[in-house]
Amino acid sequence: MIVSTPEGQRIPATGGQTVGPFFGFGLPYEHGNEIAHPWSPGAIVLSGAVYQGDGNPIPDAMLEIWQADSDGSIPQARGSLHRDGHAFTGFGRTGTTDEGGYLFWTRNPGSVDGAAPFFAVIVFARGLPDKLHTRIYLPDDEAALAADPLLSSLTPEERATLVAVRTEDGGLRHDIHLQGEKETVFLAY
Amino acid sequence: MTDTTVAPAPESLLAAPDQATQQEIVREIEEVHAAHARAVADGTYRGGQTLYDFPPYRSSILRHPTKNPKLVDPETIELTSPAFGQRDVAAIEADLTLQHAGEPLGERMVVRGRVLDGWGRPVRQQLVEIWQANSAGRYIHKRDQHPAPLDPNFTGAGRAITDDDGWYEFTTIKPGPYPWRNHRNAWRPAHIHFSLFGSAFTQRIVTQMYFPGDPLFPLDPIYQSIPDQQDRDRLVATYDHDLTEPEFKLGYRWDIVLTGQHRTWFEPEGDHR
Ligand SMILES: [Fe+2]
Repeated sequence: MIVSTPEGQRIPATGGQTVGPFFGFGLPYEHGNEIAHPWSPGAIVLSGAVYQGDGNPIPDAMLEIWQADSDGSIPQARGSLHRDGHAFTGFGRTGTTDEGGYLFWTRNPGSVDGAAPFFAVIVFARGLPDKLHTRIYLPDDEAALAADPLLSSLTPEERATLVAVRTEDGGLRHDIHLQGEKETVFLAY
Repeated sequence: MTDTTVAPAPESLLAAPDQATQQEIVREIEEVHAAHARAVADGTYRGGQTLYDFPPYRSSILRHPTKNPKLVDPETIELTSPAFGQRDVAAIEADLTLQHAGEPLGERMVVRGRVLDGWGRPVRQQLVEIWQANSAGRYIHKRDQHPAPLDPNFTGAGRAITDDDGWYEFTTIKPGPYPWRNHRNAWRPAHIHFSLFGSAFTQRIVTQMYFPGDPLFPLDPIYQSIPDQQDRDRLVATYDHDLTEPEFKLGYRWDIVLTGQHRTWFEPEGDHR
C-alpha cells in the first residue's frame, strides 16, 4: 500500500506478522548476543530459556534486548551488526537453541533517571502472530523495585516473571513463558 | 547474514497434529473474524491489528499469551532505539541479486517504499531487514523441507538503512508461494519478511509484505491473523509501473507505518500533538 496521507495527520499502523520458522538466515548475526565483549571488565551473562504453554521449550524463538549502559546512559553508538569489540551499542539479538535457551554477554544496565534498572525485551517466535514486549529487571535494588510503577501494580506471581535471578558468578538468569501457569507479563504502551 | 547452525526441527514440531482440511481452516478463520467484529462493535477489544489468539494458525495455540498485556507508560529506554548506520550495513546488501557469482533465477523486481511514523513523519537512518524464499518457494534455511530447488545464486536476505526521507529500496527476485504443514494442502501466499526499527523501541515491527491479487489470501491463516480487511490491505504492495525498469525488473511500492502506542486509538484526536 502507498501512504499518501499528508504529514501531521494520524495514519493507521502497519500490522505485525509472525517471524515464522525461517528467520535464522535473515536476522541473527555473528556476535549478535555479545553486547559486551565476553570476559571484558563488567561483562555478565544474561541467560535463560523460552517456553510455550505445555512447558516445552521453544527452539525457534528470537530475543532482542535494548538497554542502558552501566552508568544509566542511553547508548548512541552504531555498529551492533558489526561489533568492534569495545563500543557499547546496547542492542543484542539471538535465536534460541534447540533447548529453547538464550544467552547474552552484556553489562548490568544502570538506573535511568533514578528508576529501577531493566532490559527492554522483545520476543519473536514461529507460532507467535506478532512481537511481544516485556522487561527483565535487575533483582538487586529492592527499594527501586518497590517504587517501580509497573512492578507495584502486579501480583507477586506476575512480578516474579519480570525480575531476573542473580547467579553466583554475578550473572543473571531469567526464563520467559509465552503461556501457562508462569506466563510472563507482556506489555502494551 | 551468517548462516546459523540449527538442527532440523523434528517433523512433529512443524506439522499440526490434526491436519484439518482447507475448508475447515477457512471456516475457523471466518468464525474468529466474526467474534472479533463483535468485540470491536461492543468496545471490548483493546488489542492491535494482529490477533495473538488465532487457532487457525495451529502453532499459535500454545504460543500466544492468554492474559491481556499490561498497559504501561514507556520508560526512557523504551522511547529510544538502537542506532544503525553505514558501519552496520553496506550498500550492496540491498541488492539480493548480486550476492553470488551468477544471476538468480526468477522474476527480477524492486521494492521501494517509505518508513513513516503514525503522524506521517519519515523514520530516518533506521534499519530495514528482509528475508524470503527463492523464486521456487524454497528457503535456504535448513528447516525448509519443501522439495523445490535451491538456487545456488540466491540466499534471500538483505539489509538497508532508510534515507533522510524514510525511503528504503531492495532489488530481489519475486519469491514463490510455498507449502507448509499447518493443515492439509496449506500454501503460503508469496511474501517477503520485513523487520524494521523506529525511533522508539516500542515501534519495532516484524511483518510480511504480500503481492497484489494473490488467490491464496483467503486461505492463509497467517495473513488472516489480521482480522480487518483494511489492515490486511496495508500488507500488500502496489504494482508501480513507474518503478519498473524497461527490459530489466518489475517495480513494487510498499510503505510501512510504525507506531508503538495502541492506546492513542482510544483517545480523541490531537492529544499527542
Ligand atoms: Fe515465509
